[in-house]
Amino acid sequence: MLHYAIARMLWFVPTLLAMALVTFLVMHATPGSPLDPVAEGANPLSPEAQKALAAYYGLDKPLWQQFAIFITKAVRGDFGFSFVYKTRTVAEILRETFPISLLLGSMALVLAVAGGLTLGILAAIHQNRGWDYVSVCLATVGVAVPNFVLAVFLIIIFSFMLPLFPTGGWDSPRDWVLPTVTLALAPMGIIARFTRASMLEVIRADFTLTARAKGLAEGPVIFKHALKNALIPVITLLGPLFAAVGTGSFFVESIFRVPGMGRFFVLSMTGRDYPMIMAVVLTYGVFLAIMNLVVDLAYGALDPRIRY
Amino acid sequence: MARLTPESGTSLTAGPRPLADPDGIRTPGALGAEGTLTARPTSLWRDGVRRLRRNRLAMAGGAVIVLLCLVAIFADVLAPLPYTKTNFGRLNEAPSRLYPLGTDQLGRDLLSRMIYGARVSMLVGLGAQLIVVAIGVPIGALSGYVGGRTDIILTRFIDVMYAFPQLLFVILVMSMLGAGLMNIFIAIGLTGWVGIARQTRAQVLSIKQKEYVEGARALGSRAGRLLFRHVLPNALTPIVVAVTFGIPQAIFTEAALSFIGVGINPPTPSWGQMVGEGQQYIRSYWHLCVFPSIAIAVTMLAFTFFGDGVRDALDPKMK
Repeated sequence: MLHYAIARMLWFVPTLLAMALVTFLVMHATPGSPLDPVAEGANPLSPEAQKALAAYYGLDKPLWQQFAIFITKAVRGDFGFSFVYKTRTVAEILRETFPISLLLGSMALVLAVAGGLTLGILAAIHQNRGWDYVSVCLATVGVAVPNFVLAVFLIIIFSFMLPLFPTGGWDSPRDWVLPTVTLALAPMGIIARFTRASMLEVIRADFTLTARAKGLAEGPVIFKHALKNALIPVITLLGPLFAAVGTGSFFVESIFRVPGMGRFFVLSMTGRDYPMIMAVVLTYGVFLAIMNLVVDLAYGALDPRIRY
Repeated sequence: MARLTPESGTSLTAGPRPLADPDGIRTPGALGAEGTLTARPTSLWRDGVRRLRRNRLAMAGGAVIVLLCLVAIFADVLAPLPYTKTNFGRLNEAPSRLYPLGTDQLGRDLLSRMIYGARVSMLVGLGAQLIVVAIGVPIGALSGYVGGRTDIILTRFIDVMYAFPQLLFVILVMSMLGAGLMNIFIAIGLTGWVGIARQTRAQVLSIKQKEYVEGARALGSRAGRLLFRHVLPNALTPIVVAVTFGIPQAIFTEAALSFIGVGINPPTPSWGQMVGEGQQYIRSYWHLCVFPSIAIAVTMLAFTFFGDGVRDALDPKMK
């Protein structure tokens, strides 16, 4: 276990480096350079001015040195100034927007886990009856339909037809409801599907039969004996779920006008704000890699049958 | 280090031996006379089609897919107006007899744009999968079949790629290449092959140890023939399933990219782009984003049901 944990953590570094390298190379291969004049069709800068600018931005150094500088700065959270919001550094913008995305993501994740587990358990207990169909339907729609499409339907239903929630914004907890639900639906569907399958397997297992045979009530059988064992494979899902919530937030935040990192990312895409894009990609990448690591280690710790 | 498996050890020359038959649908005679197995090499697929036909939800999904393909192919005939035809006198109009689904911000017929949008979605779904398969299968097969150092290097590479959330990577690549249909193919191809490469590698690894492969090798088959005649055909099932699920994934990716504004270049219509532009006016002009949303939802559900059906039909064990 310890050996595995250490090996996994060591692998973490090259993975992050590779991510940073890919991001860096992609950005460098992109046409256009900071040495071009800002206005389109303007006269090019004089060679001396270009040289001075290149020296200022460090662009005259060989590529590997630029990458090394980029990495050392990135480790300290320094991504330079945003191209679009010229007076603000990327780090500033991230500090402002990341907590909002984190709040939205955490709420969505909690809702997804709670809702997904409930649906999955209900479906397994009532296999091939009413609740099962409701759960499977919800899960299929949640998984198959992109969240920006779900958002449109939710707004139509819960803002227009039944004016319960606002169409966007992020001022009061009432504004939080629709974005959270939208973001939660896909992971909720995945969890419900998995929980259902896993519960069905466990319910038929011998130890559940034993628990019933010794006269336990249905409640303890399901929650103490079946669920405990059914949950273990569900934990592996959490890694991909973090990714789903993370990338999902781009769209949800844009539609519901949530001032989070995802919305800024989308805006920076259209504005070709490269420092911003790189910073956001790396932040998400690091965050997801850490979460995957945590999930993997937790999985090993929770399931005594697993030996690394 | 060939492992003994229940289905091995019967006939050494059986060639691409059909996979297990859990439903017992194949004739009982097949077990008695080994010769009939080679005579019916397609029975796995025939059984699969039969099981698929019985799955009503999957058939409904398939019907929708066929319909969408037809719409995509005959868009020029079906669309009442060209998708670029503007009518500045009738902007953002709600559905009417003249414009069945209304008009958009530039007075273009929404129905026509939706019809052409189907073309983009289908093209991306199928085209991107072709690229994904063309990259993923050879890499996975090479990695699994050759083994050794090649395998280690390729697997590490695949693992690193796998750690990157795909959508994030696609967005990154698109920001480099710029919007456009061709670039979407490239972006999805560059990022999507990882999953299929993993699948193929795992399959090839287990199949190359089967006894019929060893038998073929003992009979003097060269590596190429061994790989293409004996290993790959038997590794096909999970690849087909992965492709069936990859198509809606690609369609989703295109819609998502176009939604953000880095996918399809205007004026070419794409459903995702129409939702993205329309949702800004959802309060005043609901029809702008609702109809493309419905189109995306129906398409995704159709492919999901069909994919579930294909998976269950080809390999009931994976259910």
